[in-house]
Amino acid sequence: MTEASTTSRPGLVEQVIRRHPDPVSVRFRGLSDRTIAWLFISPTIVLLLAINLFPLLWTVYLSFTNYRANRPNAELRGMGTTYYEQILSDPDVWESMQATAHFVIATIAIETVLGFAIAYLIDRKFRGHAFWTTVILIPMMLPPAVVGNFWKFLYQPQNGLFNAIVAPVLGVSPGSFQMLGDVQLAPWSIIIVDVWMWTPYVVLICLAGLRSIPDYLYEAAEVDRASPLRQFWSVTLPMALPFIMLAVLFRGIENFKMFDLVNLLTSGGPGSTTEVASITLKRAAFESWRTGYASALAVILFVTVFGLANIYVKALNRVKQR
Amino acid sequence: MPALSTAHSVVAPSSTSRWIAGTIVITYAVITMIPLVWIVLTSFKTPPDSIAYPPKVVFEPTLEGYCNLFTTRTRQPPEYIASLPPAEDVCDEIARSRNMVIAGPSNVVPRFVNSIVIAFGSTFLAVLLGTLAAYGFSRFKVPLKDDLLFFILSTRMMPPVAVAIPIYLMYRELGLTDSRLGMILLYTAVNVSLAVWLLKGFIDEIPREYEDAAMVDGYTRLQAFRLTVLPQAATGIAATAIFCLIFAWNEYAFAVLLTSGEAQTMPPFIPFIIGEGGQDWPAVSAATTLFLVPIFVFTILLRKHLLRGITFGAVRK
Repeated sequence: MTEASTTSRPGLVEQVIRRHPDPVSVRFRGLSDRTIAWLFISPTIVLLLAINLFPLLWTVYLSFTNYRANRPNAELRGMGTTYYEQILSDPDVWESMQATAHFVIATIAIETVLGFAIAYLIDRKFRGHAFWTTVILIPMMLPPAVVGNFWKFLYQPQNGLFNAIVAPVLGVSPGSFQMLGDVQLAPWSIIIVDVWMWTPYVVLICLAGLRSIPDYLYEAAEVDRASPLRQFWSVTLPMALPFIMLAVLFRGIENFKMFDLVNLLTSGGPGSTTEVASITLKRAAFESWRTGYASALAVILFVTVFGLANIYVKALNRVKQR
Repeated sequence: MPALSTAHSVVAPSSTSRWIAGTIVITYAVITMIPLVWIVLTSFKTPPDSIAYPPKVVFEPTLEGYCNLFTTRTRQPPEYIASLPPAEDVCDEIARSRNMVIAGPSNVVPRFVNSIVIAFGSTFLAVLLGTLAAYGFSRFKVPLKDDLLFFILSTRMMPPVAVAIPIYLMYRELGLTDSRLGMILLYTAVNVSLAVWLLKGFIDEIPREYEDAAMVDGYTRLQAFRLTVLPQAATGIAATAIFCLIFAWNEYAFAVLLTSGEAQTMPPFIPFIIGEGGQDWPAVSAATTLFLVPIFVFTILLRKHLLRGITFGAVRK
């Protein structure tokens, strides 16, 4: 470069420099990469710190106090770990944890089996499968609260559509059972809506898994004269497993947090048969206004979901590596 | 006979198995559509028809549900109604046939406006912040990059009810309770994690050579970002924006816990559309139908990117 600038033809040199500005001049024109990186990333981080991390820390702090949001001026006392001990030894809380676990396990089991089956069938590539796949996916995009509210109408005991369709199949009269009011049936009424809504989610992920299986594996299995059943067990299922697990992970986290559907369909009732963790939390925080207690419960829930998700992600990675 | 030529190969399913698969899938699709069809049907029923036993599939369609959704009505004696000038429109007529008079507009329009303002406002901010951050994470060496990305994702794992407690207190201090600004900021924070993860995936796929070439040509990094990366990422940005829109449009937990009037969106409002003697199901269905239409449009627009969106970019197809 320096040699070029001393030649007797400055016009050409200028042209060359303009086309290939040297790295030093690039760095001094405009901002440095490091500045840009921070300039670009920090607004997001600041927003998340303010609206996620700070509130979380505040929750942790409140969980050690007797603060009540409806009496902000009352004297604030430290409670130590009293609330944590209370919660962990409270049979009602354990019941709500159990209700949550039942709900999560039942929905995931049904959604995974049904979702994988539908995805497998779609992957047979029948005529019009693309169109019908889009149709199947619609429920998962809908607002759970708005649609859940409508299911309440479908579940009406005497004149609801659900009873009218299901009762003849079971050979009973439509007025003989109440989906939402019955202790035995209420959990199922929520599971049915959740399955209706979220099976498409599993379908979509499983479909991606099935489509990622290279044809040559099946061709090799054919050469080995593996039966279709054998092919399913030794090629299809193992290859799709990481995807199935991913779907289970996402559904598990979402359903552990489940609030919308339950709040609208049963709001925890009848009694507390469908009181999942989020509903217990809402009742403690926004109905009885025991903010300190509710904060402790929130911390416990967050640690649980975070811990479970971490364990699961590790397992998922192990499956992927295999 | 060579094994490869057998017709039952999974690589190319036989026509019988295709036919059976198609029948089952279509049956499933049709069954899952029943509730949605029922919403639309109910929105065109009269209140008595909507709760008739057995449920009515064939009925005389009416706009009563839509009229009731947009108006509030008061019951009046027949003599008073008879003394009024002739009905001005179809809603007037329906109300009078039920011995009622339209008293004024309902709250549905302001709630709908809230939904639109909050959804679009938070989407705009989330996509703006998300695009910048995604570019930063995609192209530069950022210290603790993986930890920061994980932190961004982990904010999404928190149960909304748990987050709502301190947000409620914080907003009360800041005067943001039941305000559109408060909800926009909150939804932006929730959506930005999705936006960063999705957009990082999209930007990772754009070859760096384009920017390098632009910078060799004398453009600064920022100009290169604007002139080469942004146009290439346009599809990804649009898809991300639609995902953010749908989330904000559908969100219920924060809305029901943190808003009550001024900033209330449609999801917490719809369950409280009541008529005389309980929920006015045709009006609820009318609101639901109107509220779902944009989602249908968006889902069809998004169908190629759905998978990516729902897995935070983990599965890209």
